[in-house]
Amino acid sequence: MNTSTQTRPAATRPKGRLNAGTLRRAGARVAALLASLLIALSMAFLLGRLSGDPTATILGPMAPEEQRVQLRHELGLDRPLIVQYLDYLKGVFTGDLGQSLQFYQPNTTMIMDRLPFTLQLVAGGMALAVLIGVPLGVLAARREGTWWDRAASTLALLGQSVPVFWFGMMLVVLFAVKLGWLPAGQSGTPRHLVLPALTMSVYPMAQIARLTRASMSEALAEPYIDSARARGIAPLRVVWRHAFKNAMMPILTIVVLQTGILLSGAVAVEYVYSWPGLGQLALQAIQFRDFPLVQAIVVFGALTFVLLNLLVDVIHSIVDPRVR
Amino acid sequence: MTQLELETTTGDGTAPATPPRRRRRRRTSVFWLALPLAAAAILVFVLPLTGLLPEAGQNLDATRRPPGFLAGGAWSHPLGTDKLGQDVLRQFVTAGRITIVIGLVGAVVAIGPGTLLGVLAGYFRGWVDRVISVLIDAQLALPFILIALAIISNRGSSLPVLFLVLALTGWAVCARVTRSATLAIRERQFVLGLRAAGASETRIVFRHVLPNLAGTIVALGTLQVGTAILIESALSFLGLGVVPPMISWGSLLASGQDELSQAWWIAFFPGLAITLLVLLVNLLGDALLTHHDPRKRRR
Repeated sequence: MNTSTQTRPAATRPKGRLNAGTLRRAGARVAALLASLLIALSMAFLLGRLSGDPTATILGPMAPEEQRVQLRHELGLDRPLIVQYLDYLKGVFTGDLGQSLQFYQPNTTMIMDRLPFTLQLVAGGMALAVLIGVPLGVLAARREGTWWDRAASTLALLGQSVPVFWFGMMLVVLFAVKLGWLPAGQSGTPRHLVLPALTMSVYPMAQIARLTRASMSEALAEPYIDSARARGIAPLRVVWRHAFKNAMMPILTIVVLQTGILLSGAVAVEYVYSWPGLGQLALQAIQFRDFPLVQAIVVFGALTFVLLNLLVDVIHSIVDPRVR
Repeated sequence: MTQLELETTTGDGTAPATPPRRRRRRRTSVFWLALPLAAAAILVFVLPLTGLLPEAGQNLDATRRPPGFLAGGAWSHPLGTDKLGQDVLRQFVTAGRITIVIGLVGAVVAIGPGTLLGVLAGYFRGWVDRVISVLIDAQLALPFILIALAIISNRGSSLPVLFLVLALTGWAVCARVTRSATLAIRERQFVLGLRAAGASETRIVFRHVLPNLAGTIVALGTLQVGTAILIESALSFLGLGVVPPMISWGSLLASGQDELSQAWWIAFFPGLAITLLVLLVNLLGDALLTHHDPRKRRR
C-alpha cells in the first residue's frame, strides 16, 4: 500500500525535479494499483458469469427455449467468454456498466442518481470523525500513559468494537423515539442528516483517533520538539505547528482511504435510516438477484477506491518531498 | 481493519528484553482480559443445560414484556419478551453460542490461509513472494465488503458462504504481518544453521519458522475473532448472514429493528453483548500482540 513507498536521503538528487528513479517508482505504483483493479474487475465478471442464466431471471422459468436463445443472442451471451470479457472491460473504461435486470435502466444512471445522497452522508460522517478523532488522538498522545490517555484510547477502541448499525438504532431510540428531538429515516433537510452522519462517523473516528495517537506520540518524541520547546515557543504552537504537521500524513491517508470504504460500504447504516444511497441500491440489487447492478456497484466501488489510493500517493508526494 | 498499526511489525529479536516487572504486568492484564471472555463463553454454553432459562415457545398473552428490572416487567422473563411472547434471554443465549462459534471458526478460516501464504511469501521470496504480495495489495486496496456482497448475492446465504466471506476479508492482514515476521526470522542464525545442517526447506518452514510465529499468530487470530463477529453481525443484520432457524446476535438485532419504538430491549442487549465481547477481544489481542512485538514492547 501507500506506506511501501521508499524514502531516500533528499541530498542525493536535485531538489524538486523529477528523475528516473521517481518515475520508475511512480510507474510501479500505478502498475500495482491497476493490477488490483484488474483483479477486482475480473472477479466481478466471473461472479456475474457464475450467477446462472440471466434469461431465466428475465423471462421467467416457463419461457420457451427459442425465446431464450434469441435473448441470449441479444445480450451477447452466446459469444466466446474471452470476447465477452474484453467487451466488459471496454464498457468499464467507457463508462458503460450494463443495464439493471429489475429497473430496466442503465446502471451508471442509477448509481449517479444515488451517489449524491451517499456523498452527503460520507462528507458529514468524515467531518465529524476528523473533528472528534484528531483532538482525541492528540490529547492521548500529549498525555501518554496518564488516565486521559487510557480513557481516550479505550473510547477509540470502543468505537471500533461497536456494531455501527446497532449504535445507529440506539440513537434512533434515544433521540427520535424517546426524546423526539431529531427525525429518523428519510432524507432531505440537514436535520435528517444528523443521526446518520453521527452513526457513520463512529468507526472512522475511532481509527483516526488511534492513528493520530500513534503518529503524534512518535512526532512528539523527536529532538526538534525539545528544541522548539527550549526556544520558548508556546506549547500549543509546538503541538500543532511542529508535531502535528509532521504527524499528519498517515492521518490524511486514513481519512481518504476510509472515505473510499464508506462510499460503498455504508450498507448497514443506510439500511437503518432508509437512506436512499448507494448502499441501499446494492441491497435492493442483492435481494432481487439483479446481478448486473451488483456487478456495476462493485466496479464503481473498486474504481473510486483505486482512484482515491492514487490521490493519496499524489498528496503524499506533494506534502512530503522525501517521497518523491 | 482494527490492526492497521501492525504494518511494520518486525520480529528481529534485537530489541532489549523487557524488564521482568513489566512483563509480569502484561501477563496479568492478559489474564484479566481472558477471564471475563471465558466466563461469558461458559455461561452461554452451560446456562441452557442447567434448566434455569425460561421455557422456550410463544406466549401471545405476554408479548413485548419489558425486562425484569424495568417498570412493568417480571423476573420470569429477565430480559423481557418479543412480539410473539418468546423469552428474550433464551434467544440471547442461543444466539450467543452461534455468534461465538462463528467468530472462532471465522478467525481460523482467515488466519489459516493467511499465515500459510504469508510464511511462503516471506520464506521463499522470489516469484512466490511477488504473486502473493500482489494478491495481498489487491485485497487491501479494494473495498472487499462489496465483493463479499456480490458472492452472497450470487451463492445465496449459508454458513459455508459466510465462512468464505470471512476468509476472503480476513486473510490479507494476517498474510502481510506473518510475511514481514518471516522475512526477519529467515535471516536469523538458527535458520542458516539448519540449512547448513541439511534440513529440508519444508522442515525448516513447518518445524522451525512457524513455531517461532506462534505468538504473533495467536494475537492476530484473537483480533480476527472480533472482526469476524462484527462482519457476521452486520451481514446477519442485513439478512445475508446466518439463515433462519439459526439465530445469531446479528439476526436478533434485525428482528429488534422493527420493534425499536415499542420494545427497544430486543435489540439493545444483543448489540451491547457484541460491543463488550469485541472490545474485550480487541483489548486481549492488542495485549498479546504487544507481548510478541519487540518494537512495541519497548514503549
